[in-house]
Amino acid sequence: MKTSYLDFEQPIAELEAKIEALQSTNDDHDSINITKELAQLQQKNDKMLQDVYEKLSAWQISQVARHPQRPYTLDYIKHLFTDFEELHGDRAFADDPAIVGGIARFEGNPVMVIGHQKGRDVKERQYRNFGMPRPEGYRKALRLYRLAEKFNLPIITLIDTPGAYPGIGAEERGQSEAIAKNLYVMSELKTPIIGIIIGEGGSGGALALGVVDQLLMLQYSTYSVISPEGCASILWKSAAKAPEAAETLAITADKLKTLGLIDVIVAEPLGGAHRAPDVLMQTLRRTLKEHLAKLQVKPIDKLLATRFERLMSYGKFKETAVK
Amino acid sequence: MSWLGNLVAPKIKRAIGVKKSMPEGLWSKCDACQSVLYRSDLKSNAEVCPKCAHHNRISARARLEMLLDSALVDGSNRKEIGVEIQPIDPLKFKDSKTYLERMKAAQKEVGEKDALIVIQGMMNNMPVVIAAFEFKFMGGSMGSVVGERFVRGVQAAIAAKCPFICIAASGGARMQEGLLSLMQMAKTSAALAKLSSAGLPYISVLTDPTMGGVSASFAMLGDIIVAEPQALIGFAGPRVIEQTVRETLPAGFQRAEFLVEHGAVDIIIDRREMKSKLFSMLSKLVRLPIAA
Repeated sequence: MKTSYLDFEQPIAELEAKIEALQSTNDDHDSINITKELAQLQQKNDKMLQDVYEKLSAWQISQVARHPQRPYTLDYIKHLFTDFEELHGDRAFADDPAIVGGIARFEGNPVMVIGHQKGRDVKERQYRNFGMPRPEGYRKALRLYRLAEKFNLPIITLIDTPGAYPGIGAEERGQSEAIAKNLYVMSELKTPIIGIIIGEGGSGGALALGVVDQLLMLQYSTYSVISPEGCASILWKSAAKAPEAAETLAITADKLKTLGLIDVIVAEPLGGAHRAPDVLMQTLRRTLKEHLAKLQVKPIDKLLATRFERLMSYGKFKETAVK
Repeated sequence: MSWLGNLVAPKIKRAIGVKKSMPEGLWSKCDACQSVLYRSDLKSNAEVCPKCAHHNRISARARLEMLLDSALVDGSNRKEIGVEIQPIDPLKFKDSKTYLERMKAAQKEVGEKDALIVIQGMMNNMPVVIAAFEFKFMGGSMGSVVGERFVRGVQAAIAAKCPFICIAASGGARMQEGLLSLMQMAKTSAALAKLSSAGLPYISVLTDPTMGGVSASFAMLGDIIVAEPQALIGFAGPRVIEQTVRETLPAGFQRAEFLVEHGAVDIIIDRREMKSKLFSMLSKLVRLPIAA
């Protein structure tokens, strides 16, 4: 697949086009020189990628997090899990294709895996509602949480959504209640839960899969109370101020780690997950295996006590003496 | 408006932005039916328009006064919870103003340190903990202080084995605290799960407006969910929805009555009956004998 380039990647795009052109002029007429030049160009390109990606702004990172070629939940399921059976529907109203979930095996062991799903092309994007869940999606997730609890399956959630869908039907069918219920139930669910933010962690829609024992976050993912555009429209009265909003909202992995709101940053390959998905899958498999093993040896009451303490620790304020 | 106002020529008044308002403090005009009302009548009627029953927004303290038994002279029947918890600016957040500036301005204007006031007290002699939102404080938005005070209120209810009531009035999570605000949704919901395990009732009262992250957490988790008439209640704001779906919203969309119709709210209660009705419901849930 041809790489799509983001605005700030233009110099890389030009260089990679050059490399490709050179590769295709593969008549062995001058092949030694070409090989040499190719190697040089490739080196230059890697250096450039490294330079660009080393100092990405928060806004640029949110572009990478939304990259159209970034791996989505079903890509992770395909690469990291075996024997996946997707389970559909909330048993009340509908099946929401913006959230997928089912039982699978990870390293041979049964698990429940649930994630937001975005679409790759126009048609699928529409079908998946751009990864924006409706109440049925949260309720399907809730049903699967309960199922996992009943059969002692650890849960792995993959978080990647712009946010809850702001639609008429979604409000009519109680989207607030659906999200709230998931937070409530997850806080007491008697099985280990690991969350991985793989792309966009958009507000309440993300949190409905995000009350977990360990929260992993890919290096170029974001997690935020509101989208930078939404925040900019409200506070600056202009969506064009999204880059400023992204910066001050502290939505990137490094800042969230400092704030103690995520546990582990999963390093991405040079230039982002979409450039070398296989490399990322290997890293993630190792990290997931390690953390799952740690959680699974914990007695359940201890696990729940730790989860509760963790939830209660969220927040930064001062305590002053009051007369 | 002072007597000086009457001496200023109309054109100048417009130029300096003097509104042609009623004398402050004596009269007010109902936003809904436009009736001109005595402020004192409105006040004695729980800020509900005597003509059309429109429920005006009220402050957290006024709300708590309406629901709690009067404070004893020595204050022994009331205790404010979490008053020592006060906001900071963990992200050094800055838009056109800094968070610190907005916070300080709100504190000065409203006279509260943050948007939630929690009091442990009595309701018709029944011990209760009530948390009430102050909408005027940054739109009643939920940040770390709101979350922490809420949790401490729930913990106080568990310790005292008494019911917990929350009166919501909020635009949602406080953007200026970023993801810390989003996490308050999970924190408050988890605290309520403990209250539930302790077998204690939680009544959530939704008032105008209850939106966003507040709506999508503790506000919708009540054993009983009450709403005030006509209150705007929802997750996404009506303007955002309209822009997304490019349709006109149905009449009464996201109003309390609409939520009852769609099965999201148990009961609508007029503010003037709020105390007696809340007490009536709670007294049954905690199995109090009928009052003599």
